[in-house]
Amino acid sequence: MADETRGRFGEYGGQYIPETLMNEVHALERAYNFYKDDAAFNGELGALLRDYAGRPSLLYFAGKMTADLGGARIYLKREDLNHTGSHKINNVLGQCLLAKKMGKTRVIAETGAGQHGVATATAAALLGLECEIFMGKEDTERQSLNVYRMELLGSKVVAVTSGTMTLKDAVNETMREWTRRVHDTHYVLGSVMGPHPFPQIVGDFQSVISREAREQILEREGRLPSAVLACVGGGSNAMGMFRCFIGDKGVRLIGCEAAGKGIDTSEHAAAIARGEKGVFHGMKSYFCQDENGQIAPVYSISAGLDYPGIGPEHAYLNDIGRAEYVPVTDDEAVSAFEYLARTEGIISAIESAHAVAHIRKIAKEFRPDESVIICLSGRGDKDVAAIARYRGVNVHE
Amino acid sequence: MFMSRIQKAFEGGKAFIGFLTGGDPSIDKSLEFIFEMERAGADIIEIGVPFSDPIAEGEVIQAANIRALSGGATVRGIFELVRRTRQKSEVPLVLLTYLNPVYHYGYGEFFAECELSGVDGIIIPDLPFEESGEVGEEAAKRGVDLISLVAPTSEERVEMIAKRAKGFLYVVSSMGVTGVRSEIVTDVGAITALAKAASEVPVAVGFGINTPEQAAELAKCADGVIVGSAIVRIIAEHGGNAGERVYGYVKSMKEAVGAVR
Repeated sequence: MADETRGRFGEYGGQYIPETLMNEVHALERAYNFYKDDAAFNGELGALLRDYAGRPSLLYFAGKMTADLGGARIYLKREDLNHTGSHKINNVLGQCLLAKKMGKTRVIAETGAGQHGVATATAAALLGLECEIFMGKEDTERQSLNVYRMELLGSKVVAVTSGTMTLKDAVNETMREWTRRVHDTHYVLGSVMGPHPFPQIVGDFQSVISREAREQILEREGRLPSAVLACVGGGSNAMGMFRCFIGDKGVRLIGCEAAGKGIDTSEHAAAIARGEKGVFHGMKSYFCQDENGQIAPVYSISAGLDYPGIGPEHAYLNDIGRAEYVPVTDDEAVSAFEYLARTEGIISAIESAHAVAHIRKIAKEFRPDESVIICLSGRGDKDVAAIARYRGVNVHE
Repeated sequence: MFMSRIQKAFEGGKAFIGFLTGGDPSIDKSLEFIFEMERAGADIIEIGVPFSDPIAEGEVIQAANIRALSGGATVRGIFELVRRTRQKSEVPLVLLTYLNPVYHYGYGEFFAECELSGVDGIIIPDLPFEESGEVGEEAAKRGVDLISLVAPTSEERVEMIAKRAKGFLYVVSSMGVTGVRSEIVTDVGAITALAKAASEVPVAVGFGINTPEQAAELAKCADGVIVGSAIVRIIAEHGGNAGERVYGYVKSMKEAVGAVR
């Protein structure tokens, strides 16, 4: 789908980064193009995904939800059961292995909720790489347990105090650090965003989700699903869930954006619903921004979706009408979080609960012989205290 | 033969290029500081267009961006600053802006406004050579030089970039972001020599330069020296009263640079 020469998805993508990094992203592109088809590399990565991360992840038939909601047979792709508790491990094992092949001794990464930071710190520990994680100061306070987790894994955590002190600023600071130490450092970008070749690399490493899911659903149902759903911030678990279904025209691809307090308020993070085209963080895509082209401060209860942009391949899939993107509010996500816990006994990440919320709205639109798959991108332990606070319950972390 | 204001700036020996963030602390004060820099001998003035997320800047200029935005600075306000400077001065003016505000304004409208107000050149740190086609064309139509950058990592790219350079070629002296450095450790001489060999336009070095001694040293291998964070730091410390100190600092820097043959 990408224009191989310039890393474009239609008009989106590109490499809008300082000259200091250009040589490095070209080197990364060359290395990736070599190793992605290299049998030894793929053997090594496959073994790590199987023996260390616990793949393939389960495709679980949510029978009680199906009976309760009526309509489509609902399946959950259980990325929450992976090692480190989310889909992020799929990408970081790939990138850290690639970094080692490139001769890098150090990795850096941004993190919002801490899922990608913990995953990167984990892979770095396993593969013997020095690791530094950049996290907005506000997020280090909201997710202090994850900060300590990363430190336990041997990583240094830098609290970013610039700008809004959240995910966007963590990305800014990681990019700045990369320009300082590009010679020995690889930037393990956590989503399908940033300059080419990152959207492609991250999308490829995450596509294991839909590759497995497609096989699993065909085995279980004997036919393709009518829709697949995933939450979208930058969009890595969604791209993982969509990729191998893009060619199956009958499968609806549905991305659920964080609408925060509502897309008609100023407190949301819905780049497709309310953003405009722009160029930021190395890519052309949709961004929440003001009338002067300043990147807007965004908001979501979910730190992992609290990002003003969306990956360029999603922008493209939206424009050509192949994928649909819908807004889901904090309220809807929290109530879906509770619903899934009570109905199926699964405490999912608040991010993933955005997708669960949407199936509650649309399950009835499907016939009982149709199936849908929701990507349950992460587990919810990290969110329990925040949900309690949202409900006015004071728990000690 | 027609000579642009930027070309003329390099005619009288080594050039000193001074930077400030437009609207820090206000547009009126920026106007005053620009005239102080010109009076102190600055050959080109670089005006930073404030942006919410300046990824190539160190802490000093990041903070200036926040001060300017908090003070209500907008792209339109920066054009107003340029217009008011032009009413009294022929000093070459170069805008430094991230791409999104330009994209959002519309490339055509943005460069039309540049021409009308009197902008001579533009530097866009997140627009590398490979992505610069459309912006470069729109700028050229309006007689605005899109100024290219080369970095310590650009060794294999210098020739390609230098051949198409307009105005002057900006050599980034150090890895990383803008900001004062006590010493510049990269072999800036080597990359500058490569740039000069391939470029038909003058070559100026920036990033990390603070003292007259550093400036004089770098002026030996380049046609000009660019200083940003050190000036912005004076403005940060003294706010609206920084005028005289900006004048004094720029004068000492210009003298050091100008003495190099």
